[in-house]
Amino acid sequence: MAHADTHAADHHDHDHKPSGIGRWLFATNHKDIGTMYMVFALIMFFVGGAMALLIRLELFKPGMQFFDPGFYNSLVTSHALVMIFGGVMPAFVGLANWMIPLQIGAPDMALPRMNNYSFWILPFAFTLLISSFFTAGGGPAGGWTLYPPLSLQAGDSFPLTIFAIHMMGASSIMGAINVIVTIMNMRAPGMTLLKLPLFCWTWLITAYLLIAVMPVLAGAVTMLLTDHYFGTSFFNPAGGGDPVMYQHIFWFFGHPEVYILILPAFGVVSEIIPTFSRKPLFGYDAMVYATASIAFLSFIVWAHHMFTVGMPLSGQMFFMMSTMLIAVPTGVKVFNWTTTMWRGSLSFEPPMLFALAFLFLFTIGGFSGLMLAIAPADFQYQDTYFVVAHFHYVLVPGAVFAIMAGVYYWLPKWTGHMYSMSLAKWHFWLSTVSVNILFFPQHFLGLAGMPRRIPDYSTQFTDWNMVSSVGGFIFGFSQILFVVVIWQCVRGGEKATDKVWDGRMDGLEWTVSSPAPYHSFETAPEIH
Amino acid sequence: MLNRKVLSALGGLLAAVPAFAYESSYNLPHGVTQISEEVRGLHMQIFWICVVIAVAVFGVMIYSIVTFRKSKGAVADQTLLHSTKVEVIWTVIPVAILIFMAVPAAKTLVKMEDTRNAELSVKVTGYQWKWQYEYLGKGVSFYSTLDTDSNYARQTGSGIDPNTVKDYLLNVDNPMVVPVDTKVRLLLTGNDVIHSWWVPDFAVKKDAIPGFINEAWFKAEKVGRYTGQCAELCGRDHGFMPIVVTVVSKEDFAKWLAEQQAAAKTATTTAPAAATAAAL
Repeated sequence: MAHADTHAADHHDHDHKPSGIGRWLFATNHKDIGTMYMVFALIMFFVGGAMALLIRLELFKPGMQFFDPGFYNSLVTSHALVMIFGGVMPAFVGLANWMIPLQIGAPDMALPRMNNYSFWILPFAFTLLISSFFTAGGGPAGGWTLYPPLSLQAGDSFPLTIFAIHMMGASSIMGAINVIVTIMNMRAPGMTLLKLPLFCWTWLITAYLLIAVMPVLAGAVTMLLTDHYFGTSFFNPAGGGDPVMYQHIFWFFGHPEVYILILPAFGVVSEIIPTFSRKPLFGYDAMVYATASIAFLSFIVWAHHMFTVGMPLSGQMFFMMSTMLIAVPTGVKVFNWTTTMWRGSLSFEPPMLFALAFLFLFTIGGFSGLMLAIAPADFQYQDTYFVVAHFHYVLVPGAVFAIMAGVYYWLPKWTGHMYSMSLAKWHFWLSTVSVNILFFPQHFLGLAGMPRRIPDYSTQFTDWNMVSSVGGFIFGFSQILFVVVIWQCVRGGEKATDKVWDGRMDGLEWTVSSPAPYHSFETAPEIH
Repeated sequence: MLNRKVLSALGGLLAAVPAFAYESSYNLPHGVTQISEEVRGLHMQIFWICVVIAVAVFGVMIYSIVTFRKSKGAVADQTLLHSTKVEVIWTVIPVAILIFMAVPAAKTLVKMEDTRNAELSVKVTGYQWKWQYEYLGKGVSFYSTLDTDSNYARQTGSGIDPNTVKDYLLNVDNPMVVPVDTKVRLLLTGNDVIHSWWVPDFAVKKDAIPGFINEAWFKAEKVGRYTGQCAELCGRDHGFMPIVVTVVSKEDFAKWLAEQQAAAKTATTTAPAAATAAAL
């Protein structure tokens, strides 16, 4: 959207990078912090992935082969918390840190010290969370939703989990404030809001969602904490409390959270598809409005996560209808991406491959989401593997593929080197085929009646569970290729040009050198 | 494009798929209540709508990927930027489809919530990790726990092959017994944490929540044995508290009820005596 007139040139290297460990500990540079976020997220993807493989190992055949059911529940709970708060969210914050200043023509993020703080909270938060596995009673085992009264039965892992969530929340809020302040105040002259690249737009909206709902989560888990230790009865019916109230509060956070995980993915894909279609994004304005509508709707649909709790009929009707409405702006986005490719000139570099897989597989997740919105049918789907299949389709080949697409897209800009296209394509094909072997059969399992979060199952579910586990292991080990590609690219490789790709490069990030200069734009470019 | 004709044609196509599509390991069961049949109908309707949309949208995507390739010399059309007309079209059509779907869904939902005029009421209480059934006003109450064979086999590292156990994890010591063609109302609650009572063949899934009483109902139209499981994570043995409902003829139910009542009576008359004996 932004057509840059680079009075570039002013990029002699007067970087003044601090050296050694201090460069990272005291980092205030948006690129260094972005890198740390990305590396942290990558590590967390492998930690959470290892938990997922243990889960798939136990589920490979019926019977309890390896674990105690309690430990299995801890794996399920921690897998979710690690992947959501440690993997997907930090990965997108990393991308935001790297790309927002580059895309809006700013020298850095607006609040660099807070940026440092918001990153460095995370390693401590996850050390707490993972160390809770070694406390009396094992790790948190009540599911990542922490529904009381079950979550209140936890042992010493409980305060560690709650405190870890508080820290993750504080980190997210600070990250969000930084994104908003940066985008609102530091855009290059001439870059009006409706010239903002879509990645910045989706992140701006995401940041507002974060600020709106992370305090709600903090409040909910704090009430759990006081119920557990200080004798309050917010959620204890014996003391006049209400366990369903927790679910309402949690999902008032939880549903916007779902869009926090996917909106930046929309942004990444909206950058990549035009590039490799060699054509501007179709319906830019509609895309912005659709994103904003999704964000608005996300606040009024929360109870579709809890159709079975026994809401009044009118409540069920409202949440069914409002949830179905989300299909409209989401559909608009998918149609606009498709039309962007229409009469384009397409090429299939690794970022485009991942973006296309996103387009197909996220849409499948969207369809199952629409099915889940139908309340009477949801009574059959709720808490089964159908739901597991649904949210893994939108989160793995959805959010995670978009992250990988973004990394493959901008990696040469970050490192100054091209990476191995053939290895990246191997990574793509292995991931895309195996992710479907992994998650598609889970639709069948759910419809055939397999509940989620069970460590063992009746023998009629054996076949599809075996298929799913095989897919899981192929998918998990394929990700090692991703690390190899990144490692090689950081170490060296063919020199990347400023423009990097042979495509339609509209963004300001392609007007600076590769690797991007340490202080992105010291003189603001002018946008016409 | 999405009129009833197309849908019914697609439905016919599905019917032509051989019998394995039914009671299969990859779709919802047909069930034995009118509601479960309606729910399955809604499920198949929304499924086929999604399939039709998917064929159209994925078709355009695949066509674009195949046709507009740079390697085939395709040149991008830089004039194709935006069109308010198409944005309106692809906003309005989905809204119409949604309304088309919401109406029958709402009707079924209303029926599912109508628990009036029940002929039998059973209070169902979820415990960690078993179910209790109390036949209200009948003086019959019992617990329903995972059967012994499954329980041995499911212990970690038991070495027992689950395939050798009959109805592994879907069998209980005392099943719930209900009469056929009778509207049975369930009053659900939880004793410790939240559980969820789910029998797919009845299309009933309702949470059993401490401090609350939820209502649900079903009217089974076929004698038989129907199974389900707890559907809300409730702790360590969440996977091991199945539900078995035996639907019997009305006469058999009357007989079963009488037996239970007699047994309950002897239990209450002998129990105090036994307690006194124990105290001495």
